[in-house]
Amino acid sequence: MTALKAQAPHGQRHSAGAQLILRFLQQFPPYRWTQARLLRWGVRGRTAVVAVPYFWLLLFFLVPFVIVLKIAFSETQIASPPYQPLLQWAGENMLQIKLNLGNFMFLVQDNLYWQAYLNSIKVAAISTLLCLLLGYPLAYAIARASSTWRNILLMMVILPFWTSFLLRVYAWIGILKNNGLINNFLMWLGVIDQPIVMLQTDFAIYVGIVYSYLPFMILPLYANLEKMDLTLLEAAADLGCRPLRTFLTVTLPLSMPGIVAGSMLVFIPAVGEFVIPALLGGPDSLMIGRVLWTEFFNNRDWPVASAVAIALLLLLVIPIVLLQRAQAKGAHR
Amino acid sequence: MASSARPESGTPAWNDPQAVPYVSIERVTKRFGDFVAVNDVSLKIYQRELFCLLGGSGCGKTTLLRMLAGFEEPSSGRILIDGVDMAGIPPYERPVNMMFQSYALFPHMTVEQNVAFGLKQDRIAKAEILERVADMLELVKLSQFARRKPHQLSGGQRQRVALARSLVKRPKLLLLDEPLGALDKKLREHTQFELVNLQEKLGVTFVVVTHDQEEAMTLSTRIGVMNQGEIIQVGTPKDIYEYPNSKFVAEFIGNVNMFQGRMIEDLPDRVRIESAEMGGIVYVDHGVSSAPDATLWAAIRPEKIQISIERPEQGDNVTHGVVKEIAYMGDMSVYLVQLDSGKMVRVTQPNVYRHADDLVTWDQPVYLHWHPSSPVVLGE
Repeated sequence: MTALKAQAPHGQRHSAGAQLILRFLQQFPPYRWTQARLLRWGVRGRTAVVAVPYFWLLLFFLVPFVIVLKIAFSETQIASPPYQPLLQWAGENMLQIKLNLGNFMFLVQDNLYWQAYLNSIKVAAISTLLCLLLGYPLAYAIARASSTWRNILLMMVILPFWTSFLLRVYAWIGILKNNGLINNFLMWLGVIDQPIVMLQTDFAIYVGIVYSYLPFMILPLYANLEKMDLTLLEAAADLGCRPLRTFLTVTLPLSMPGIVAGSMLVFIPAVGEFVIPALLGGPDSLMIGRVLWTEFFNNRDWPVASAVAIALLLLLVIPIVLLQRAQAKGAHR
Repeated sequence: MASSARPESGTPAWNDPQAVPYVSIERVTKRFGDFVAVNDVSLKIYQRELFCLLGGSGCGKTTLLRMLAGFEEPSSGRILIDGVDMAGIPPYERPVNMMFQSYALFPHMTVEQNVAFGLKQDRIAKAEILERVADMLELVKLSQFARRKPHQLSGGQRQRVALARSLVKRPKLLLLDEPLGALDKKLREHTQFELVNLQEKLGVTFVVVTHDQEEAMTLSTRIGVMNQGEIIQVGTPKDIYEYPNSKFVAEFIGNVNMFQGRMIEDLPDRVRIESAEMGGIVYVDHGVSSAPDATLWAAIRPEKIQISIERPEQGDNVTHGVVKEIAYMGDMSVYLVQLDSGKMVRVTQPNVYRHADDLVTWDQPVYLHWHPSSPVVLGE
């Protein structure tokens, strides 16, 4: 591949502007020197450029992950850092590796973790479904709106991102609390005479997650619905298909890649969500993000907290793989 | 440019005052804001016809077709199909099917599922759907591609799937929007004849929209020439070619030479037109109706003009010029002759003999002449 590319004359591979910059750069000895040195090592410019993001991921994703993985297999101790090393010199040229599986066993044995995982998945799944039910009509309406309206509506979907996520979740406390916006309004109307308890319930968690992640559902769905060929709908109508059936048999199957992408973008962060249940949920709302926080900061049990994190990661990797497979299938189509 | 549609025995329906039209379009106008896409069009299309709407882009032909299908409602006027007023009837309840220019095949369905789609909407028994789909795929020679998705097919195969899908419901009226537009030339010619054969075999009425005049000539029983939202002329391919009713139609269909002139003799059975452009008198052996002293054009098709080196004996319908260009096309040669008035005239001659063109060469003075029945006299 590289050899083939190398045969192509330089002039054909670069635009006029790029050639100008190249010629300018080549006047400087350091550029030529670096290029020559890299070439001697068998590294071409293209390879170097591609290597940068890989190096980034290696440094800031893989290395921390390996550290967390290492902690997950170590034993806790009251010290700083609060865990025992994995590798130890045991004297007489012996390097001892101590793998402690107890943390993972603990996760399986203690019901708390199971329930937290299951509850997180349940909350994330219901939130995803709610986002889909709300987001699909919104995305559909935006995709079918006139081009001027479309930009305004899209802007309104993206607008909340300009404010801090934390502030927006905080704002919901003011809306949902007992003497908050909704209760005051309903009491002023005379609909209720006792405030409805909404804050610190599962309801508040759902409101927070659906509100925060709705744009992540709308945007991929919009991108999908917007590029749909509208003559397909006409063709369906022409063949005797009523509008609702057309939606179910043509629009919905064709928007499947958008539904999958949007659902994954909502589901994955919602499973590990910490801020929303911590601020809006009750003290008994069991979600894995909060359990992890408690283990880490309150119990100072780094190994168990790391094991929780690793298990959560594995739990999330499966949907990601499913997403990628669905996308590959979509691209094939 | 021969019409392959076989003439039916007896009087064609459009000349029979007793015949009941299958589709009748009555004074239909369609406006989009200020733009008038279709302007006061009236048409009668009869059963088993293959009617072509011919015109350049933006002439309103597709809008007219979409009004027949029900995707657009006329701003005024009405459309009757099989005697039923179509006003307010949605596309999915019309006895009409359409073949789209882009084919509009469902990308997530196989060929089989695409063709079966229309039948499923009618709640037909599964066994019958399977049978009819299989028959249809057999008819368009796609049986071995039944399980493929549209993106796995070539352009010609997709076109046939679209045709099969629109025919499988056995509509009485099939609308085709540029049915051959996306095919290359060889395939197009082949498919033209297949389309005509299929139409005759199934007895369906076709309304075809096309911008390709050759396609319209080959396919249709009748052509409606459209320009700027109006129907300019309706007639058989022969009518349209030999007796165009306007300069627009004469120039739009095929090539034509136009000589501007003035009537100097106007009798019921013959007409003489003096034309400075032509440099002589155009003598026509049939009468024309026109206002006296009006400016007229005599239109003569290139193949109806003879080239000779000797001056022909006839007095009228003769002119003189110099050959400027010769294009040898194999079956015929095209000559561009500059008349003494400076006007360029296009002449085509069939190459009956191998060396027929050797006689006439570049820059040679020649005489052009034609038969009195050849010119068509057109008004403004």
